[in-house]
Amino acid sequence: MSLLAIKDLCVSINGTAILQDVGLSMTHGEVVAITGESGSGKSMTALATMGLLPRGAAAAGRIALDGTDILRTSEADLCQMRGNAMGMVFQEPMTALNPVQTIGAQVAETILIHERTTKAEAHARAASMLARVGLRVSPTRYPHELSGGQRQRVVIAMAIALHPRLLIADEPTTALDVTTQARILDLLRELVDEFDMGLLIITHDLAVVADVADGIVVMQKGRVVEAGATQDLLTNMRHPYTKALFEASAHAVCLPEAGPGTPMLDVRAVVRDYPVTRPRPLGPRPVFRALHDITFAINQGERVGLVGESGCGKSTLTRAILGLEDVQGGEIRLDGQPVFTGKRPNLAVRRKMQVVFQDPYSSFNPRHRVERLITEPFHLLDRPPAGQARKAAIARALGDVGLSQEDAGKYIHEFSGGQRQRIAIARALIVEPELIIFDEAVSALDVSVRAQVLDLIAELCRKRPLAYLFISHDLSVVRSVTDRVMVMQAGKIVEQGETEAVFADPQHPYTQSLIAAAPQLPQIGVAV
Amino acid sequence: MNRNLIIGAVLTSIFVALAVVSFVWTPHDIEALDIANRLRGPGATNLLGTDHFGRDILSMIMMGARTSIAVAVVAVGIGMALGIPLGLLAAARHGSLLDEVVMRGNDLVFAFPSLVIAILITAVFGASAVNAIIAIGIFNIPVFARLTRGAALPLWERDFILAARVCGKSAARISVEHILPNITNLMIVQGTIQFSLGILAEAALSYIGLGAQPPTASWGRMLADAQTLVSIAPHTALVPGFAILLMVLGLNLMGDGLRDWLDPRIRVTRV
Repeated sequence: MSLLAIKDLCVSINGTAILQDVGLSMTHGEVVAITGESGSGKSMTALATMGLLPRGAAAAGRIALDGTDILRTSEADLCQMRGNAMGMVFQEPMTALNPVQTIGAQVAETILIHERTTKAEAHARAASMLARVGLRVSPTRYPHELSGGQRQRVVIAMAIALHPRLLIADEPTTALDVTTQARILDLLRELVDEFDMGLLIITHDLAVVADVADGIVVMQKGRVVEAGATQDLLTNMRHPYTKALFEASAHAVCLPEAGPGTPMLDVRAVVRDYPVTRPRPLGPRPVFRALHDITFAINQGERVGLVGESGCGKSTLTRAILGLEDVQGGEIRLDGQPVFTGKRPNLAVRRKMQVVFQDPYSSFNPRHRVERLITEPFHLLDRPPAGQARKAAIARALGDVGLSQEDAGKYIHEFSGGQRQRIAIARALIVEPELIIFDEAVSALDVSVRAQVLDLIAELCRKRPLAYLFISHDLSVVRSVTDRVMVMQAGKIVEQGETEAVFADPQHPYTQSLIAAAPQLPQIGVAV
Repeated sequence: MNRNLIIGAVLTSIFVALAVVSFVWTPHDIEALDIANRLRGPGATNLLGTDHFGRDILSMIMMGARTSIAVAVVAVGIGMALGIPLGLLAAARHGSLLDEVVMRGNDLVFAFPSLVIAILITAVFGASAVNAIIAIGIFNIPVFARLTRGAALPLWERDFILAARVCGKSAARISVEHILPNITNLMIVQGTIQFSLGILAEAALSYIGLGAQPPTASWGRMLADAQTLVSIAPHTALVPGFAILLMVLGLNLMGDGLRDWLDPRIRVTRV
């Protein structure tokens, strides 16, 4: 008998249809992945399965967990089932844990709620469960003392403490670094085999899906467009959306050849220290060294990648290059002039650099119109264009990124994430800088949108010589859009060289582990 | 639609309308004493009755609304005009000595009970509406400074601020162009709440004789005059009492309603 069977599930919120005729089924010991782009209804399916639909939602159809219909079970009974028969792992491990409780107590709580045991026994079982998920720290620790990967292990321990029959994991590795992601996925797979439970994993990352899932369900706009066993589906895709999704994930852009350029950005022996809080009230203030002796150069028209995991100092380096913060040692020069000039920024240097940020939702002032947003860099010019010239510049910048002239009068909330990233690029291009820094610029985008933005970047390179520093944790993206790559670990650049050479034959052990940990997209076959 | 906002706005606009009309017309002249007609209950000639000097209470309420609103508007204005720039400055120079000085200065003002200091100020510089305005206004400064700094700090971490800095804009310019428009909602809501507190403070100061001086009408003074007459002519105390109650209630409801209406996060959860 199947463990979970969803049939004809329809969910609407305040009359808007969110899910339509969703169906899937899975058995014990099976890993099924639901995948799709944002807004496809993946998470809503998971919430419906847990009986956690938001207020105002109306559901129809059938969700049977071992024969019990979730949609027709009372809230009191559902509370009994949650944690007991089904567990859930969330995307963001920091917010899923209570910051003022020890991790042991939080795992023990799940046990105490559902079973009549003594406190001591619950804590003992919690400790052994934490050990089982590979956490080698004391259960008396607090969440903030742990790393992101360790926290996610605690969340998993909480979810499986009572050996649920079904575990739902909503983007369990999206917030984690690649090497951590690989270890968490291994752990989940192990636990499924050991406890013979079903794992429903929700993820937008197709490489992860192909790695761990036995079955795949592809969703688009609230409907299941294709479902099947992983191998079958990968070798024999039927639905055009599935094909498009996989093609976009594996998308490689075609960069024009970079001509030999003269050196432009020169970063020499840069050191950046941050003061941290004093351990004792009157003790000396210790410093944290975020950048150790960073040296590199970027030539005109050169595309350079910078990869590294979170906390390695990528953002600190970005701020230093942009001249927003001073450095404690070494120097950063652009065309021979220092980028940091104290309180009064040197506009002549600043106008040669622009930046595109990761989060398309926070990089614009929500109260300004697009024309004002993208002309902000005009502040850098001595004589900014006015009147007709300004209008022409706005039209050209919007045209360059594939938006229309009418968009100039709109507010930013009228645009999607991908369009906003185009506007961010338009803002960066409007003063025709020599260097653009893309700080995780495509990381927050869906795969198909990401592919379009990457194509746009390649096309801009074809139109005019454009040098950029492309910062990302996503190795496959960096590989396709850069000529040269630098690998950063704990504030040091551990390896740099021609992109293809580094990826094909990594020298440093850290680079090797990064490349090994990155989940690989399988070769895809397409049904004829 | 938002019920609180509508009720609050209606109550507030009634009093604002009364105050505006009083500039051109009141039912009776409030400076004309008519002892023969004193302590008359509500009736046809005097809609809300007369006080112990025979003055028309409705006319006094209209003139009093004018005083209350004028005092509160100017006091909130002082608080905003000084508090918001101080808060923006502290947020722009977060963690610096300047930030410390501004915020500790605010703590200093906060540390004293506002009404007691207001009494002190009016006692030293003389009792008048102007001094009451200044006293109430000073205590509005830290409220707005703190709120502005608190709201501006998370904005400073946003990427669009970083983008503006990349464009070489100064902290002052960023504060005005980017921070201020994004905290306006909050300031409007807080302004409404402070407005109602200002009206209460003015009534309290006038009640103990330190606010507006006769012949200027004031709700607090009307209450003070009426307190010995409550048993024989209750309407002389009830009318100004209810005027204060309804005006403050109206402003608070409006502030509450505005917060719900202007804050998109709350709007979403209410759906």
